[in-house]
Amino acid sequence: MMRFVALALATIGLAASVRAFTPMTAAAEPLSYQLPRETIEFKPGPNLDVVKNNCLACHSADYIAIQPRGPALGKKFWQAEVNKMIKAYGAQIDEADIGKIVEYLAAAY
Amino acid sequence: MEARENAVLDRRDMLKHIGAGLTLGVGLSPLKALALDSVTMPFDNGERPLVKYPQKRPMIGITSRPPQLETPFSVFNQGPITPNDAFFVRYHLADIPLDVDPDTFTLEIKGTVDRPLKLSLTDIKKMKQTELVAVNQCSGNSRGFFNPRVAGGQLGHGAMGNARWRGVSLKTVLDQAGVQPGAKQVVFAGMDGPVSDRTPDFAKALDVDHARDGEVMLAYLMNGRDLPFLNGFPLRLVVPGYYGTYWIKHLNEITVIDGTYDNFWMKTAYRIPDNACACVEPGATPTATVPINRLNVRSFITNVSEGAQLRRGRKILKGIAFDGGTGIRNVEVSIDGGKTWKSARLGRSYGRYAFREWKVPVKLIAGPHELKVRATSNGGEVQPIEARWNPAGYMRNVTETVRVSVS
Repeated sequence: MMRFVALALATIGLAASVRAFTPMTAAAEPLSYQLPRETIEFKPGPNLDVVKNNCLACHSADYIAIQPRGPALGKKFWQAEVNKMIKAYGAQIDEADIGKIVEYLAAAY
Repeated sequence: MEARENAVLDRRDMLKHIGAGLTLGVGLSPLKALALDSVTMPFDNGERPLVKYPQKRPMIGITSRPPQLETPFSVFNQGPITPNDAFFVRYHLADIPLDVDPDTFTLEIKGTVDRPLKLSLTDIKKMKQTELVAVNQCSGNSRGFFNPRVAGGQLGHGAMGNARWRGVSLKTVLDQAGVQPGAKQVVFAGMDGPVSDRTPDFAKALDVDHARDGEVMLAYLMNGRDLPFLNGFPLRLVVPGYYGTYWIKHLNEITVIDGTYDNFWMKTAYRIPDNACACVEPGATPTATVPINRLNVRSFITNVSEGAQLRRGRKILKGIAFDGGTGIRNVEVSIDGGKTWKSARLGRSYGRYAFREWKVPVKLIAGPHELKVRATSNGGEVQPIEARWNPAGYMRNVTETVRVSVS
């Protein structure tokens, strides 16, 4: 039942949002798109504030949550990811925070 | 009115998805306000929310900012054309355009051209039109199945879609601008960009001869309708046979250059091992790489999902196959784990860049079965039996296996 309630609400939302999108005339009106509210959160863990301050400016927490897990990955995997964020994507992370972030990611994910 | 009809269809489709074998997760995800339910991909850490975005039916949520949405696999069993509201979404950088005025939108063509141009959508629609059905597939489609696992978007098989694109040939536009002798590449950039100016803006390049092959297209219609916002409204590049990374969305800047474009997205990212299989030993680092380019050949069974319970007797297996532009020559199916193979009958051709449907009658006896499908392209490329590996998790095209039990 829960599912059907959710679906019904979602379809009402769809009807409203698509109407705004259907260009009935050639009237000059900019189209606006409303992204759903971001609700994903980081898991609890050590240094969570440091992680939030450094990661959330550019991407949502699900970028981390979906990554593969397991002993073969762990700290080495997350160190490589943080390095990539700094070197490839220009993340400005204080030297002192790098280890803290890696520690959190390996512990929480 | 129309919107309401769409909404009804949407709900029906949703119910079909559930019926068609997506594995439902336990309970509703408490973290997603808009999560309708969840699906679980058949790899570790594969639980994903089903999420609802404007102009889209419930999609598999990969990330929320920037948005990345995967097509529920059951959609591929519903016909060779992927509906706009089910087409996958992939962004790299989070500053995506959320307000676009089609009346003031401008595409700029500049660089080493005789006549730099600024074209409105109306200008573009007045030029000679062209149309083509083509598959857009993410380089990392199916990355979640890589073994050993690799970092990146952990996608199932749904980061692909086949649509009828309509617009203007890039050649028409480049000819109007007059490409100067000595031009080497054409660079494409869209309205989406990075949050930080230290992050490399997303832009991709094609060699000038490729750009002028008459097939690369600036598309504003997808399956006869405006591009959905998240698929690049109002204009995107269509590069038939090439991975989605080149299909720049919200395209507003084309620059002809006389060198080789070497930004992060060409020189460092989206590179594959420079060898025939685009692969290395699992865990190894390639010695030389090249930019990813043409799709390899793939095929899928679409009407039976992993772990399905089937009844013994006659069954028609069906699915899709595609490659990077030579077209599909043959599709073979095995119901005994690859010991024997039977050729499938191919469906209508929508052109050499499109999904090609296939079906084949089989007779199933009781017991566990490994169903396999492998396609051969007109170019002679055959899907491998063993999965190939590369560090970025690109270009999976192993002969896929669906495990079922028959009683």
